[in-house]
Amino acid sequence: MAGIPHDHYEPKTGGEKWLHSRLPIVGLLYDTIMIPTPKNLNWMWIWGIVLTFCLALQIITGIVLVMHYIPHVDHAFASVEHIMRNVNGGHMIRYLHMNGASLFFFAVYLHIFRSLYYGSYKAPREVTWIVGMLIYLLMMGTAFMGYVLPWGQMSFWGATVITGLFGAIPFIGEPIQTWLLGGPAVDNATLTRFFSLHYLMPFIIAALVAVHIWAFHTTGNNNPTGVEVRRTSKADAQKDTVPFWPYFVIKDLFALALILAVFFAIVGFMPNYLGHPDNYIEANPLATPAHIVPEWYFLPFYAILRAFDDTVWIVQLAGFVTGGIIDAKFFGVLAMFGAIVVMALAPWLDTSMVRSGRYRPMFKWWFWLLVVDFLVLTWVGAMPAEGIYPVIALIGSTYWFAYFLIILPMLGVLEKPLPQPETIEEDFEAHKAKSGGTTTVPSPAPAE
Amino acid sequence: MLKKTGIAALAALTLSSGGAFAAGASDWAYTKDYQFSFEGPFGAFDQAQLQRGLQVYTEICASCHGLQYVPLRTLSSDTGPGFTMDEVRAYAEQNYEVFDEELDDWRAATPTDHFPGSNLENAPDLSLMAKGRAGFHGPYGTGINQLVKGMGGAEYIASLLNGYTGETKEEAGTTFYENTAYPGRWIAMAPPLYGEDVDYADGHANTVEEQSKDVAAFLMWSAEPSMMDRKQAGLTGVLFLTVLSVLLYLTNKRIWAPIKKGNKTS
Repeated sequence: MAGIPHDHYEPKTGGEKWLHSRLPIVGLLYDTIMIPTPKNLNWMWIWGIVLTFCLALQIITGIVLVMHYIPHVDHAFASVEHIMRNVNGGHMIRYLHMNGASLFFFAVYLHIFRSLYYGSYKAPREVTWIVGMLIYLLMMGTAFMGYVLPWGQMSFWGATVITGLFGAIPFIGEPIQTWLLGGPAVDNATLTRFFSLHYLMPFIIAALVAVHIWAFHTTGNNNPTGVEVRRTSKADAQKDTVPFWPYFVIKDLFALALILAVFFAIVGFMPNYLGHPDNYIEANPLATPAHIVPEWYFLPFYAILRAFDDTVWIVQLAGFVTGGIIDAKFFGVLAMFGAIVVMALAPWLDTSMVRSGRYRPMFKWWFWLLVVDFLVLTWVGAMPAEGIYPVIALIGSTYWFAYFLIILPMLGVLEKPLPQPETIEEDFEAHKAKSGGTTTVPSPAPAE
Repeated sequence: MLKKTGIAALAALTLSSGGAFAAGASDWAYTKDYQFSFEGPFGAFDQAQLQRGLQVYTEICASCHGLQYVPLRTLSSDTGPGFTMDEVRAYAEQNYEVFDEELDDWRAATPTDHFPGSNLENAPDLSLMAKGRAGFHGPYGTGINQLVKGMGGAEYIASLLNGYTGETKEEAGTTFYENTAYPGRWIAMAPPLYGEDVDYADGHANTVEEQSKDVAAFLMWSAEPSMMDRKQAGLTGVLFLTVLSVLLYLTNKRIWAPIKKGNKTS
């Protein structure tokens, strides 16, 4: 599959040959699992496995939850309590599903930022990046709809606020909002369609994950140096790579087990820490919570949404130029979606010829500032929009856009990159020497 | 002294203008960090306390409030109040009546029924109160204080029951009571406990504070009856995964050793 020269599956027995000439499925699996992988991948390359695990976890726990859940405004909240109290192991399944969403987003953010640092989004991996962004968007949609299903106060009011965003679109906003909700307000029709879509979308995500993997198996993995695997000959390629199985499977499983140990501690000892207590109060359309906040993984974009109120000059300008069509509310919606669009456009906004941030002395600073910016936006998104917080949100949002629209394009021109290693092998050997790898590794070779 | 006050005032100003979670009412949302036996990863419910708490709930709270999500039979849970089934049967029969749709009439409750809900519009159901009232996330919205101190809804409930100052005011024909724990300062619920409201069979002190701690613990159980099972599962999971991690770490190290040595075998 990959452009990297390597051994392909050869059917040996009669049965294998028979199957292979009819359906080369074993060959497909073999080539997928044995793909040559750059041997210098560091610990930031483990998130793909974690994410795949999360998707499986969410689908499996979700299927079990659906067996007991009732998508109806009169029964949804009670049926969740039924799961928590009466279903065998139901509380664990629900807490795994609930916190599984958090692990999913935690992993996806690290996965995305890894990509941003090492330039994994750059040619020839733009399609992998774009498919990844689509997965991320679907994840957000799925998580948002899933949060509505328990029919607590935050479910209801979160749904009201977020669908209200679509109502801010000029002219066609209200019909769209009505269409999404299945009525003039969040009600039973909303709950049932969200339930249907919440069940459907993970399977679309699963299909896109397959495309995502297909895409980067075609181009080969990026790696911390950003230098491509040598494709001049099989021998050269073998100096830069090792097969995915067993080397990276075992490495990734080790990382996964470690992360799951922490995850299990959260599920077992503080399962509600990341949630909002108001969601343990049944939805009440007549009582608005004092402070409506989305789940933590939406907070950075929620902060961007709220940052652009009508005191900001660019919002006033947009309103003036468009004759009031773009008001502050619509501007906020555009900014929120725009924040993801500019990130998706990173492959074309980044002008640097060097992939990896490791060899980009100026880029490094701006990148880490973006990470800090993201964390600040997460925090400020949870705070009420008053006092100093909107100012912080505005500065943070501005930097987010500046990073992608101004800094990335300009750095490619202004920056003088450091020398890169010629090959991955060279980098691997250099790192080994630096970390004293040869001395710490036990010398006796495995018996096999 | 003046300088100190000035700094404090300035801090208060910046904090309150920033707005705590209960915006503008931070002075009136004081939650005391009561100690409960179920705090922390190894904490367990105190069975005697849950039984006392049920007594307070039954004799005081239940006259207005309900526990509609809690099945009566769960009172026999080993990790909960731990009554015998006969005790639960007697408790249900003596205290509650439920409307049976098949009989089309009221009958005494049995363990298969839930606690009744509340008929009063302004008396919220208490089943999940201890989880629904854990929303004080200091400092600066990070929740670290509560995480470290193990504070949650039980502390809030106990603080609320102890927080009455004795001041009242009337508004539109309703009496409101000043309460240091209530975010809005004035609460419509009259002080439910005055001390010695119930007589504990085990002779435990029945001051307002002791009774409110007991009922808060009971309501924590009613909100999270599977807490003990969950912590047990968490502990098992963490231990298992830790062992698995170590094994995978060693496997990984061994597999990579020849690659790192440079004499690649594959």
